[in-house]
Amino acid sequence: MSDYNFAYLDEQTKRMIRRAILKGLAIPGYQVPFASREMPMPYGWGTGGVQVSAAVMTPDDRFKVIDQGADDTTNAVSIRSFFERTAGVATTTKTSEASVIQTRHRIPEEPLREGQILVYQVPIPEPLRFLEPRESETRKMHSLEEYGLMHVKLYEDISRHGHIATSYDYPVKVEGRYVMDPSPIPKFDNPKLGDMAAIQLFGAGREQRIYALPPYTQVVSLDFEDHPFEASKPDHPCALCGAENSYLDEVITDDAGGRMFVCSDTDFCEARQAAGHTGTMNGKDAA
Amino acid sequence: MTPLLSVQGVTKFYGHHIGCKNVGFDLYPGEVMGIVGESGSGKSTLLNCMAGHLTPDAGAVVFNTRSDGPRDTVTMSEPERRMLSRTDWAFVHQHARDGLRMGVSAGGNVGERLMAVGDRHYGDIRGKAADWLGRVEIDAGRIDDRPTTFSGGMQQRLQIARNLVTGPRLVFMDEPTGGLDVSVQARLLDLLRGLVRDMGLSAIIVTHDLAVVRLLADRLMVMKDGHVVEAGLTDQVLDDPQHAYSQLLVSSVLQV
Ligand SMILES: Nc1ncnc2c1ncn2[C@@H]1O[C@H](COP(=O)(O)OP(=O)(O)OP(=O)(O)O)[C@@H](O)[C@H]1O
Ligand SMILES: [Mg+2]
Ligand SMILES: [Zn+2]
Repeated sequence: MSDYNFAYLDEQTKRMIRRAILKGLAIPGYQVPFASREMPMPYGWGTGGVQVSAAVMTPDDRFKVIDQGADDTTNAVSIRSFFERTAGVATTTKTSEASVIQTRHRIPEEPLREGQILVYQVPIPEPLRFLEPRESETRKMHSLEEYGLMHVKLYEDISRHGHIATSYDYPVKVEGRYVMDPSPIPKFDNPKLGDMAAIQLFGAGREQRIYALPPYTQVVSLDFEDHPFEASKPDHPCALCGAENSYLDEVITDDAGGRMFVCSDTDFCEARQAAGHTGTMNGKDAA
Repeated sequence: MTPLLSVQGVTKFYGHHIGCKNVGFDLYPGEVMGIVGESGSGKSTLLNCMAGHLTPDAGAVVFNTRSDGPRDTVTMSEPERRMLSRTDWAFVHQHARDGLRMGVSAGGNVGERLMAVGDRHYGDIRGKAADWLGRVEIDAGRIDDRPTTFSGGMQQRLQIARNLVTGPRLVFMDEPTGGLDVSVQARLLDLLRGLVRDMGLSAIIVTHDLAVVRLLADRLMVMKDGHVVEAGLTDQVLDDPQHAYSQLLVSSVLQV
């Protein structure tokens, strides 16, 4: 690891990224441009998140990476080992033990606390992109708070599906000011964005944008009066730990089309099972 | 009475080339002003200067705002001007695709201005969109279809509905019937005339087509080389043109 500066990036680059992060924290929900660096991994692998993690990491940190809630996907494993090698930091899979958590597609079920930092990998930071491809125009819309277009998107959803079918990337308004894309987390996680004790940082590598939510920020999911936002999830308990209020993945259990719903947050699920909670499918509880 | 719009000495150059020069007139509530002239005479330049799409090099465009009375829209802040253009102003483009979102349903196109000014009730927005589709003679059953599936005439009517849904006080139109078949033009003109009358709209209409101004405009300005060469009541100008160029224009020689 002596081949690298601590956490791979050189100190000038980290300073530049930290300036962008501080600016993002000062203007919650505002997309701050930054000069994204080449990282030794493809863009789809969360280079924005990796750069943000590298810029905030200290030798005392304990680092956790989750990908769709799991610590053991190829993507999560490789990012974790990247920082083990380049920063020599301790790592963990336990949400409560981690000081920096990099995530793709989920917010941990266990409430985060002050002092923790949650770093999101963001593919497309611009929530208005869907209907207005011109960057010059979206920038103006943000600066003038012209957000009618976001509701056009939701209107189209309802007119096509009878309800707001957007289930990921569900747009939010931050502190009554900036409309923000929360990255492709399920809308089930949207309520956790608001009033969170931890710092939330969002990094988009290819798009070269950083944005942030300081602790205890007001975050409201956009909706209509007659089609209010709902943080929906599959209507089942977890088959392994019996949790009623966690976000579930549907997994195929056998060739005969057997399926079950289990917590997408594996750390949460394992901790519950270790504490004696059981579901219908793990053999301990047949009820 | 205070004019709704008072245009004073509006001048726009493209480099050394004149776009329009020293144009002034007052438009009173409920009036329709026609602007005619040959291609390149500066009609669109003037219209875009008035509507805030171009910044004039000189002159003032004073609009009688609801809240603060007459304000020069050239010097007001951009947010204020953009707010005007989605509330009290409307702009109908010659090519419907320039004024529509082609990837959004007809209902979403009409609803956009409502949502832009804070409407947050889906049922209400949809109801108003359906009502407006009816008013521009588009079958309510097409509300969820995209404009790409509409004929040229329907697209133009949709653009008009999208613009008028918030009850603007001033409508700018640049060749609203241009590029349409003659029979389609006639129907659109009829529709526009009905809307102007029923809503008491004030409008400024740029056109090549003297039939359009004959039908819609109370007053007329004739432009040539960026200048207004003649202005007056429509019937007077068309029936008894004073300026040599206007005489040429209304004579069949220049009729297109
Ligand atoms: N963007 C531009 N750059 C340079 N010159 C321009 C530009 N737009 C218009 N002009 C010139 O300004 C003059 C007025 O053009 P304008 O488009 O206003 O005319 P118009 O009366 O609307 O013509 P048309 O009937 O063909 O639409 C013309 O000589 C035109 O070539
Ligand atoms: Mg023109
Ligand atoms: Zn579980």
